[in-house]
Amino acid sequence: MSIFEYNGSAVVAMVGKNCFAIASDRRLGVQLQTIATDFKRISKIHDRVFIGLSGLATDVQTLYQRLVFRHKLYQLREERDMKPETFASLVSAILYEKRFGPYLCQPVIAGLGEDDKPFICTMDSIGAKELAKDFVVSGTASESLYGACEAMYKPDMEAEELFETISQALLSSVDRDCLSGWGGHVYVVTPTEIKERILKGRMD
Amino acid sequence: MSQSSYDVPAKGGFSFDLCKRNDMLIQKGLKSPSFLKTGTTIVGLIFKDGVILGADTRATEGPIVADKNCEKIHYMAPNIYCCGAGTAADTEAVTDMVSSQLRLHRYQTGRDSRVITALTLLKKHLFSYQGHVSAALVLGGVDITGPHLHTIYPHGSTDTLPFATMGSGSLAAMSVFEAKYKEGLTRDEGIKLVAEAICSGIFNDLGSGSNVDICVITKGNKEYLRNYMEPNPRTYVSSNGYSFTKKTEVLRTKITPLMERVEITEVTGEAMEE
Repeated sequence: MSIFEYNGSAVVAMVGKNCFAIASDRRLGVQLQTIATDFKRISKIHDRVFIGLSGLATDVQTLYQRLVFRHKLYQLREERDMKPETFASLVSAILYEKRFGPYLCQPVIAGLGEDDKPFICTMDSIGAKELAKDFVVSGTASESLYGACEAMYKPDMEAEELFETISQALLSSVDRDCLSGWGGHVYVVTPTEIKERILKGRMD
Repeated sequence: MSQSSYDVPAKGGFSFDLCKRNDMLIQKGLKSPSFLKTGTTIVGLIFKDGVILGADTRATEGPIVADKNCEKIHYMAPNIYCCGAGTAADTEAVTDMVSSQLRLHRYQTGRDSRVITALTLLKKHLFSYQGHVSAALVLGGVDITGPHLHTIYPHGSTDTLPFATMGSGSLAAMSVFEAKYKEGLTRDEGIKLVAEAICSGIFNDLGSGSNVDICVITKGNKEYLRNYMEPNPRTYVSSNGYSFTKKTEVLRTKITPLMERVEITEVTGEAMEE
């Protein structure tokens, strides 16, 4: 069994028109046993940047704490929030530092940059950045997510349509993966508000 | 707990703290993760006025295409570019690091960077990690001594060649070069040959695909032709997209309004009166 299949996860982010959406499943398991059905994989770094982490749950939490710490230091020194591109470079550097003994997680970063332009990117566990203009996926359900997003995505969707698309892509993909699921957690961020929704999914 | 201070960002270089834990997990039977690789076809050739570099744009994670349009031609200096194959994080990190070292060197010497400098910095780093930093590079540029093209292997050995190919599609591309390369190619002939070599890699090698990126470097000028050719467009795109009949059921919604971004404008003219 791969190290990423120990806890099970699914994270996806999509770009819309001046908005973005990031979604994850809610299961925390130990191999085939489910331990929790409300595990938080997506965290807010600041109002306009979110990071979703898939993979080994302990590294998800440790990495999140380190990143929040580094961002707080940045805020104190620069007196402003980090841009999403800068944050992505920071995460990449922190992951590459552990090149020969890596953190066993794959981040998905989503944010609103200058002029409210949405930015998404994902990385492998050693920090190889992969920028995309449409969607990025990560986790044990990633293969199904790739397929669902390729089919369902279209560019320049508004916030409500984007929410519907990303939710349907997430729920249909985790239904085909034993290790992820048990509901969904979706954040849709526009320049004026953050909408956080918990989805009802199959509990098996 | 180790003595290393956790609250100050590290001074640079690799950190091995998690190695023991990862080895323990592997011994317990869990397989280590696979990294993003750039299966790749990368090529370079020297033509009459300089160097042309070419690369495909597919990044793979095992058998899955992770990125359909990634950039494999990395900037090193205004007159030097480097194509990278192998583990994506290694090629990006090593080219970024040497690019910064070259810039500092330019500030110190006050001269334009030479390709041989970039070559030496890269091979020193790769050799010292004995091939574990898995980056195979094609380095090309034009400096005061003329056009240069080199290949660098992950263990640190280098070759200086008039035309070179690397990556999983290197054999496909090399067959095109061996058949059609000649000295003193013009710019257009050179670009056409490079595009043909990359296309042969894209169509015949499973690790390479999508589009062709080209970079032409001549004395005093460079042209980065991103997505010069797109021989694999998506054929059947549905214009209306998906319409979902059954909407997702939502259990809870929480809306957080974001604070209006305040703009502070300076009012000039009126000084404060005591």
